[in-house]
Amino acid sequence: MYTQGLDQLGPEHLLKDPAAADAAFQARVDREDKIEPKDWMPEPYRQTLIRQIAQHAHSEIVGMLPEGNWITRAPSLRRKAVLIAKVQDEGGHGMYLYSAAETLGVERAALIDQLLAGRAKYSSIFNYPTPSWADIGAIGWLVDGAAIMNQIPLCRCSYGPYARAMVRICKEESFHQRQGYEIMLTLARGTPAQRQMAQDSLNRWWWPVLMMFGPSDVASKHTAQSMRWKIKRVTNDELRQKFIDITAPQAEYLGLTIPDPELKFDPQTQHYRHGPIDWSEFERVLAGHGPLNRERMAARRAAHEAGAWVRDAAATHAAKQAARQTGVAA
Amino acid sequence: MNQPQRDWPLWEVFVRARSGLEHKHVGSLHAADAAMAIDHARDVYTRRQEGVSLWVVRSADIVASDPGEADALFEPARDKVYRHPTFYTIPEEVKNL
Repeated sequence: MYTQGLDQLGPEHLLKDPAAADAAFQARVDREDKIEPKDWMPEPYRQTLIRQIAQHAHSEIVGMLPEGNWITRAPSLRRKAVLIAKVQDEGGHGMYLYSAAETLGVERAALIDQLLAGRAKYSSIFNYPTPSWADIGAIGWLVDGAAIMNQIPLCRCSYGPYARAMVRICKEESFHQRQGYEIMLTLARGTPAQRQMAQDSLNRWWWPVLMMFGPSDVASKHTAQSMRWKIKRVTNDELRQKFIDITAPQAEYLGLTIPDPELKFDPQTQHYRHGPIDWSEFERVLAGHGPLNRERMAARRAAHEAGAWVRDAAATHAAKQAARQTGVAA
Repeated sequence: MNQPQRDWPLWEVFVRARSGLEHKHVGSLHAADAAMAIDHARDVYTRRQEGVSLWVVRSADIVASDPGEADALFEPARDKVYRHPTFYTIPEEVKNL
């Protein structure tokens, strides 16, 4: 009854008593009420969401680079059309997410500035190279597979615009994962050289993909609060375990070996046990010292600068059209 | 310091999934003008045949109710259950009502 009573307080009360305001907000979240853009929310909730959604948006945008690398060299017209569609989807996902972040009162231009100035994070996975065609298969199967695993619980996130963006994104991602697995399957059934190419790619991507779920629960500084706010629903370690459990049999079907000598199914827990993750590599990549951090940022900056004249021209054209219309009206 | 707005204006996008259905809000995007907003809406929100018609509206032109006033605004409807058909008791023998 206590929380219900608090819930009835109007906004003027909330401002006078921040503790009561926070409690009322938490009560809303606890009863699975969605929070919408103009609703009152604690400032740390707003800041956490801006940070998380912006990082997510940046990841989609930077994520176009490793795959874009193969568009001109895709082995068939079918693969090329699929890859273009997938990369375009990633761009679209970035747009949905920037829009969701903007509902929290931040300018898109400011978010993009942060990314280009190197002050914003994006998923560590996109700092790894794609030297072979099999990497396009591995990215779809593993990277998008891990992303889906992360994103499905986010469809129930307490913040409405983020949850709705995630629903749309999850629907579109499932083709991404399937086309990746299909590439792996084709290589796995191909010549010995093609099988080897698929295996090499799995060897390179497996550990970085496991790191995509973020630090282990004991080391994650944001998890507890995000879980209370129902921004996050499942912990990093739980998601990682779920991913391993569904991916190991998929690798087995391909006849490929996951590069973890300790990976073993435990019939008692019904889960796979895995070897230790090298978190120093994760820290290194996040800190900007991964294989391609500098190249990725340079590519984003070059694209942004090269597009400046288009943005300026469009704005000038729009202003001119608007002026002409006002002239006609007057 | 008054910085000029750097983003193109924000537009809200509405999609009619097929004829016979209403336009439904799907999200927002930035565009320099209305024609560009329609082009971008096509690319961002209908890559999989999600619609047969698009509306775009400048977000700044939308007038919204204040969530803080929601109670006062919607409370008057709360005690008017007689606006629903289930409020009325009709004998079972009477059909088609």
